[in-house]
Amino acid sequence: MTDAFPSALTGPSSKERKYDRQLRLWAASGQKALEESRVLLVNSDGPWSNQSTGVSGVVGVETLKNLVLPGIGGFTIVDPATVTEADLGVNFFLEEQSLGKPRAAETCRLLKELNPDVEGSFQSKVWDSGSITELLRQDPGFLAQHRLVLVSGPMKRPSLDALCKAASELNIPVLYTRSVGFYSSFSLQLPPLFPIVETHPDPETTQDLRLLNPWPELAEAASRIDDLETLDDHQHGHVPYLLLLLHYLEKWKEAHNGNVPSNYKEKSEFREMVRSSARTCNPEGGEENYDEAVAAVLKSLNPFSLRSSTREIFEMEECKNPRADSADFWIIASAVREFFQQHNVLPLPGSLPDMKAQSADYVSLQNIYKSKAKKDVEEVTNIVRRIESQIGSRSGDIPEKDIEIFCKNAAHIKVIRGRSIPEIDGEAQTLKAIRNSISIPDSLIPVFIAFQALDNVVTDLQERRIPSGSIDDEVAWGAQIDRVLSALTADDQSTIDEDARERISEAIQELRRTEGGELHNISSLTGGLVAQEALKVITRQYVPLDNTCIFDGVRSRSEMYTL
Amino acid sequence: MASADSSLRWKHLHKVLTKPGPFSDEDWVPGSETISALETSKILGAGGLGCEILKNLALSGFKDIHVIDMGKSPPITFSGIPQLTLTDTIDISNLNRQFLFRQADIGKPKAEVAAAFVERRVKGVKITPYVGKIQDKDEDYYMQFKIVVCGLDSIEARRWINATLIGMVDPENPESLKPFIDGGTEGFKGQARVILPTLSSCIECQLDMHAPRPAVPLCTIATIPRQPQHCIEWAHQIAWQEKRKDDPFDSDDLDHIGWVYNAALERAKQFHIHGVTFQMTQGVVKNIIPAIASTNAVIAAATTSEALKIATSCNPYLDNYMMYAGEEGVYTYTFEAEKKPDCPVCGNLARNMTVDPDMTLQEYIDTLGDRPEAQLKKPSMRTEEKTLYQRFPPQLEEQTRANLQRKLRDLVEDGQEIAVSDPAYTIDFRYRLLFK
Repeated sequence: MTDAFPSALTGPSSKERKYDRQLRLWAASGQKALEESRVLLVNSDGPWSNQSTGVSGVVGVETLKNLVLPGIGGFTIVDPATVTEADLGVNFFLEEQSLGKPRAAETCRLLKELNPDVEGSFQSKVWDSGSITELLRQDPGFLAQHRLVLVSGPMKRPSLDALCKAASELNIPVLYTRSVGFYSSFSLQLPPLFPIVETHPDPETTQDLRLLNPWPELAEAASRIDDLETLDDHQHGHVPYLLLLLHYLEKWKEAHNGNVPSNYKEKSEFREMVRSSARTCNPEGGEENYDEAVAAVLKSLNPFSLRSSTREIFEMEECKNPRADSADFWIIASAVREFFQQHNVLPLPGSLPDMKAQSADYVSLQNIYKSKAKKDVEEVTNIVRRIESQIGSRSGDIPEKDIEIFCKNAAHIKVIRGRSIPEIDGEAQTLKAIRNSISIPDSLIPVFIAFQALDNVVTDLQERRIPSGSIDDEVAWGAQIDRVLSALTADDQSTIDEDARERISEAIQELRRTEGGELHNISSLTGGLVAQEALKVITRQYVPLDNTCIFDGVRSRSEMYTL
Repeated sequence: MASADSSLRWKHLHKVLTKPGPFSDEDWVPGSETISALETSKILGAGGLGCEILKNLALSGFKDIHVIDMGKSPPITFSGIPQLTLTDTIDISNLNRQFLFRQADIGKPKAEVAAAFVERRVKGVKITPYVGKIQDKDEDYYMQFKIVVCGLDSIEARRWINATLIGMVDPENPESLKPFIDGGTEGFKGQARVILPTLSSCIECQLDMHAPRPAVPLCTIATIPRQPQHCIEWAHQIAWQEKRKDDPFDSDDLDHIGWVYNAALERAKQFHIHGVTFQMTQGVVKNIIPAIASTNAVIAAATTSEALKIATSCNPYLDNYMMYAGEEGVYTYTFEAEKKPDCPVCGNLARNMTVDPDMTLQEYIDTLGDRPEAQLKKPSMRTEEKTLYQRFPPQLEEQTRANLQRKLRDLVEDGQEIAVSDPAYTIDFRYRLLFK
């Protein structure tokens, strides 16, 4: 993050000033990715029946608001609906004059007002048979212009399936959202493997100081403070705590057959040894650098260990055997894996926490860390170059900057295995995950089940299988609830006990309260969450949802599930 | 009032107000009375989340909305450095999230522009703006509202409104209890909480959950800088004071920031420290907190959803805290924060505070700014018998100044209670000092 901004001598440009508060989170690289992306919003798929206009699409529009403001490159809205009175009571990006006009055009116009840097277009044509499938058929290049697809549900299953399948073939992520009454739920469909380098972990968790296995230059720096006793009070109180720990570790090893303190008891003893070496006869009655050293013992004196998520990545086929068409991520990961196999540690990130020290001493210690990090990057780069030449026919060398960023973040890289938009009667893993959570009293899975039933009812409505044409048709709901429950209990009646049935029934009752209608607050909140996920997917920074989030506005809670 | 148009327009919202749900209270009577109660509730929205809050309240069916204090750069008060008063006007850096403002609005008063925009867009809603700080208004002003929703960007303003609303509660008059809904964001994180003054946990009870960032010791800044931020603090706090004493520092003036930036660069060069940038300089001197549209949308909507539930009883409201973190997936944690009997604002016991008796009064006063449970920048204090230190008026300051150099053990007994006041707040904080 230190390279967040170019260190130009001039002040920031007006664009940097406008986006200042967000550049502090995702930096110029994230902003560039955002500005180069266009998103597609499929905000409805035609009316549900001749009595019902269909999805009001507020989450979709609110999501776009949160993407247009930070400066997404462009957006396309597909929405065959016409603006009604009910739209004006729930959608802020419509006005009185919008009544009776195409909703796609009106929302597009009012969203574009938010940011002149953003390009917006719309498609409001009403198709004969399910608009989005028809559009995909007639304009095969349409989807590929977009980096991300947002879908406002509930949407009839064949349309959703066609859209998700087409997006999946192009490796375009999809966010499928539903917001009804006080509930909302959304799922993210990612490509089969979605790697992230800049996960932005909490800085507290990322320190890697190598105190138990210092490299020669670091050990050498520590040995230079061998005569602590000869230092005057001022000098003694300014020895960086890191060197203090290294110094006392050497002493400890001398007394313990060359072993470092390895368990809690030994570490506590070691900590006492450091604490008691502080000078207390000074006016302050203690020394800050010693306090820092004491505080760091338990968290810093751990042998290097590879996180299980990184280990899993190293075990993946893509990492073990990169190919000519592998993404850069896998080539670098493969090189880092080789580095690890050779040294039993990852490349050093090279950052140093602030600590009590004289300026020059701190800077020279910092340089020891920086040089080692640089050396490690060079070593990894050499391996990358060798792999590149072995696998051949790539479009050019991987930029050194990317290798450097990877090495800095190596301990926290992540790969999400993309899943498709979950359906209860879809993949077996979905059913299994739902069953695992269903008997937990606080679980929000009943809300997900209610949404599944709603999806089915809407599918039946749009395909004219419900004679009344009403979203609130008792018979239709009864049938869909039975269908969902029987899918859940297919081979084992005991999966759903009485309490769970009651919770599902309550969730369905609450969901049906608005007869498919959105409440602005819940849709606005959901639009915030969905936009957050969209930003993470587009910038490839931070860690996106895997793969479903459910929000319960009755109890003001949310849960994540991998379904 | 409820014309055909209006019932068509609000049909989704009216569905939850005209029929009970499985979680709504058994005694609740849905219907037209609930709707008219909502439409006549006077509600106040405040703070940097104000754009989102106004939009959401207007589309939640509230018709009489007031707005105040839509946020400005947080106050920076380094002793001795004159600061210009910042006004509540639109800045270019607001445009990435405060969606009611456009490039052409820069420099205009936020509350007025926002109110006019939402009134134009949502037919039938009345929005009354007040351009200024929440602290400008007194109890009479706050007494007119049914509910107060705040998305303020400073902890001082939150504590002020919290203490004010708690002070207003008259047990004889149920109308004097104003449900207070608070929202706050920082980058991908945020929180929403519902406070029923005197009945549930308040901002002050929860103060230690929002610990301030520890300040860099002055000696580090003055003599042994190690980080680029240390060099910026030096340029801002020390060099400006020396070289441009008569020039009030204005953190919104890019020339001033530029001067500090260059001074910091010079110093960094001298100490071989890398990484001072213009943006970092701005971040340090203005204490900039990252802010994005999406987090603000989440938190603002969480607060207004509670406002709707409280105003209509259509579902139970949050009891009482929801925290949100969006860095890794979507994480929320909803829990009931405890009401503390020793809360200086809503409790009736003094709060215990362990101190080193050999510390001087001055040192003790300095620690109050950083202690998570106190966070008082300019405290004055007294015991029941005597004044320990009083900042105003000047005569009293002079009389009590000598105490600053005395040790605590020479001024108070172990276990003695002191009352601390601070110009930022209207109330006294009571602490019982326990010797270490």
